[in-house]
Amino acid sequence: MNAVEVHELRKSYDGVEAVRGISFELRAGEVFGLLGPNGAGKTTTVEILEGYRRHDGGEVTVLGADPRKADASWRERIGVVPQFAELYPNLTVAEHLELFAGYYRRPRPTSEVLGLIGLEHKVGAKARTLSGGQKRRLDLGIALIGDPELLFLDEPTTGFDPGARRAAWETIRSLRSLGKTILLTTHYIEEAQRLADRVAVLRRGEIVASGTPAELTAAAPASRISFRRDGETVVVETEEPTRALHELTEEALREGRELEALEVHRPTLEDVYLSLTEEEPGE
Amino acid sequence: MSMLVHQLRAEQKLFWRSRELAFFTFLLPIIFFLILGSAYGDEELDGASGYLYLLAGMIGYGAAATTFAGLALLLVLRREAGLLKRLRATPLPGWVYIAAVVGSIVFIFFLESVSLVTLGRLAFDVAVPENVVSLVVALALGAAAFAAMGIALTTVIRSAEGSSAVVNAIYLPISFISGAFFSADSFPRFLQVVAEVLPLVHFIRLVRDVMIHGDHVWEHPGAVAMVVLWGAAGTVVALRGFRWEPRER
Repeated sequence: MNAVEVHELRKSYDGVEAVRGISFELRAGEVFGLLGPNGAGKTTTVEILEGYRRHDGGEVTVLGADPRKADASWRERIGVVPQFAELYPNLTVAEHLELFAGYYRRPRPTSEVLGLIGLEHKVGAKARTLSGGQKRRLDLGIALIGDPELLFLDEPTTGFDPGARRAAWETIRSLRSLGKTILLTTHYIEEAQRLADRVAVLRRGEIVASGTPAELTAAAPASRISFRRDGETVVVETEEPTRALHELTEEALREGRELEALEVHRPTLEDVYLSLTEEEPGE
Repeated sequence: MSMLVHQLRAEQKLFWRSRELAFFTFLLPIIFFLILGSAYGDEELDGASGYLYLLAGMIGYGAAATTFAGLALLLVLRREAGLLKRLRATPLPGWVYIAAVVGSIVFIFFLESVSLVTLGRLAFDVAVPENVVSLVVALALGAAAFAAMGIALTTVIRSAEGSSAVVNAIYLPISFISGAFFSADSFPRFLQVVAEVLPLVHFIRLVRDVMIHGDHVWEHPGAVAMVVLWGAAGTVVALRGFRWEPRER
């Protein structure tokens, strides 16, 4: 059975449609990335799945239940890293984990969670003394303390510097190897590409593309070959980069020229994402 | 049950570690009692020892400061910080959480009352009240009613910024016109009328009648009714409008 099933989900705020009939599912044990620019409807969707918001239309099933009607035993099985939530400034890292552990019947041992989030050296530090990245890791620790099957990570690395982001990715990968099902929202393409087994690109409340990162790039615009000739950049777009490159280099060799600044640019998920989420002129 | 105890313990830890909250809600009434007691405690007020009169007033003020203002502030700050929302994602039932937060602040209020009585005995030689049962009943009644009103107040405060200003602007003037610090007899008539409509003046009067005259709570059904009525109104507003989530950002 799928961990999450979403069918034709709709949600409006004051007559404005934030989510316009989206469908997707999360298979048990996979990392699913909901990718999109700010305001695309990612957080609204996640908060419906977490049980915070009521949806207007469609069907939502999370771990076999309707999130709005879910009970404490359902909450035992989910973990939430909200996009925005502060900590208790005067409680230490260990005290946070112990406090939240008390809400669950079978919490994961504090020491294990500390290891997972890499805050062993900060056990006794008050939350107000932690850096932004450390706070975010404690957020993750709080979500993990109940040993959930399903984890919601709403923009877990927004505002991180590149080093902290890479460290967070390692942590999320290690969660996946524990068999957790993870729903990740992000507006960082690289994050989705590196972490997610499957991605859905959300734009203005609609899914405009979905699949594995490889599938998405396969459906992408053509490869580009660029080089310089007489000081000007020449760009060749082609569906057959091998043949095109062969022809270009053959010609250059025959004429005894060098193809300066020669580059073959394969489409990345970023190109796909940008071409999908690009706003039409006038919008 | 164990979850309630778990949360109660955490609330106590959180309260005492938050220095501002501990100062303004717990320590301030004690400081006022010492200052005002030194200033005019040896006078006679409404036919009673000034110290005793003031002690009862400070307990009334303490109820407003802790179970009303302190509770409202604490909940608004946690709500706007997203802490209440985070709790809603855990299996902790909402009512257990609210019960623990209210229980913790009521405990603080009782601790405050005991401290005030003890301080009165030590510093100003005020006799310890005799009918303790009636006093405890009166305090419990007031604490419950003010806690309900405190939770109700969170429904009209929209943001963390300025929340303490709003809360102070409500409970400090009311404490004043309700005669917590001085006898309100010399205040303008319209202020006295305003105070009569509000619950604090009745609660303070009830505490004074119990502490000064040794009356029983049930001998003052009018005052009890006013406190209960406001508490009930607070409960209705709290149940209908309490929010766990911060304002949209």
